[in-house]
Amino acid sequence: MSGHRGNPLWRFRGVAPSAGLFFAYLYLPTAVLIALSFNENRIATIWTGFSPHWYGVVLSNDDILRAARNSLVIAIAASLAGTTLATFAALATNSERFRGQSLVNGLLALPLLVPEIVTAVATLLFFVLIGLKLGIMTVIIAHTVFCIPFAYLPIRARLQGMDPALGHAAADLYANEWQAFTRVTLPLLWPGILSGGVLAFIISLDDFVITYFVAGAGATTLPVYIFGMIRIGVTPEVNAVSALMLMVSIVMVSISWLIGRARR
Amino acid sequence: MIQALRKDARLRRWTLLAPAMLFIGFFMLAPIGLMAYVSVLERGEFGGVEWGVFSIDAYWSFFFERELDGSVAVNTDYLQIFLRSFWLSLVTTLLALLAGFPTALYMALQPERYRNVLVFLVTIPFWTNLLVRNYAWILLLRNNGLIDASLNKLGITSEPINVLYTPFATGIGLTYSFLPFMVLPIYASLEKLDFRLVEAAFDLGADRLRALFRIIVPLSAPGIIAGCILVFVPCLGAYVTPELLGGSKSMMIGNLIQAQFGASRNWPFGAALAFTLLAIVLLAMMVYAMRFRGQAPGETRQ
Repeated sequence: MSGHRGNPLWRFRGVAPSAGLFFAYLYLPTAVLIALSFNENRIATIWTGFSPHWYGVVLSNDDILRAARNSLVIAIAASLAGTTLATFAALATNSERFRGQSLVNGLLALPLLVPEIVTAVATLLFFVLIGLKLGIMTVIIAHTVFCIPFAYLPIRARLQGMDPALGHAAADLYANEWQAFTRVTLPLLWPGILSGGVLAFIISLDDFVITYFVAGAGATTLPVYIFGMIRIGVTPEVNAVSALMLMVSIVMVSISWLIGRARR
Repeated sequence: MIQALRKDARLRRWTLLAPAMLFIGFFMLAPIGLMAYVSVLERGEFGGVEWGVFSIDAYWSFFFERELDGSVAVNTDYLQIFLRSFWLSLVTTLLALLAGFPTALYMALQPERYRNVLVFLVTIPFWTNLLVRNYAWILLLRNNGLIDASLNKLGITSEPINVLYTPFATGIGLTYSFLPFMVLPIYASLEKLDFRLVEAAFDLGADRLRALFRIIVPLSAPGIIAGCILVFVPCLGAYVTPELLGGSKSMMIGNLIQAQFGASRNWPFGAALAFTLLAIVLLAMMVYAMRFRGQAPGETRQ
């Protein structure tokens, strides 16, 4: 498809405005939220003036800071574990087709296919049955499960985009397999691993439903805490902490995107 | 020699695969099996379950309830929640398709360097917190919120709009939450479409509607169906949106399930509901897999 030289877009003129509406619908609500988070007023939806005051209030709230720390610990642990497992799996599935491949693919995709609420219920029942006390540890385990497929996909994509001739060249130049892996495959794979790891980290940081079920009392994460705040009511504090979460996610996903595009 | 090498490769492959497989198998597949088991157990007197005591009460109680005097009556409360969930998911899927298809078409017709940026813009919301995105709609929809206040100021309405905490608000929130899932697979299909076919249709005298429905839509059907499934499935299991934007009158399956582990403390019933939801979802996936055998969602036939 050599560009769309005879671009048929001129025939479907309606699609441009509807795409414009689409992106407006997609971004306006969050833009409004971020704007209102800088509102100095106590009444959260009426604009009276610009002020970062509520960010200060949020960042000096001990409960929020504790929840944020829990979220960070969980996201770091789960994304590290998930990305490691995913990297191994991607290296194993990259070569030619093999027996049991559809089983492997199915199992790796399972956390993406099953509705979150079902996973949450099943995981909760499982932890209760094996007698694991609900807390940070159970949340890390549950998050690692869904971090695996999110990290696996970009790593796998990176591997598939790699030229197999590079491996052959390394072998021709008398590299043994380990050397070929550490000197050729791994350096080329790093952007994929990094981008997968960042995505797993964001997904873990943002998760609410599964965490809500398996966190128990001691392991309140930031989303679980925000949920509690929202239920009490709309306040400037909720606006500020929500906007913070949004901005963290957007910055992280942009980083992941840039890494993923790097040196293609 | 070659035999031995091949065996070696196989051993290494499964050694690398084992950790991820075992982890997901142990902490996801086994829990789902356990959930199915719990759904056919007797409910514990003080919450929890009676391990080893079988009962199909959980499935039975979906349709019937025992009155105080011991008689059995049909109970349609839960059925209504299921129907509402299906109905809301269906409407959401249709809305997402209506908004998503033109956008995907627009994206596919852009020069390549813009396309990647547009795809990125569609995916960003997916990576942001679902709770926060739904909360943003509370700010917009509530009485005296942004929309209400603007309508009032412009003199279009004088009464509060009373939209928040209705099924309508839930529909808006669901569409907003899952819209990217519709656009991406359709875009993936359209991107691979050979637009010379569309030009050929025009040359042969087809008008725009004809070209759209005879050429573009059939050729992107796998993407459209994948998008519909990817929107419908998470809608059906939605918990956050109906919890935040819907009132008690727009409870969905997800909220009903959660309630069994919160206030109601009826674990077998919660497990049975979750298992039913899973069965419906897997059935939809299987139908799709059989229809488009050997294709990943969004992939077009080569």
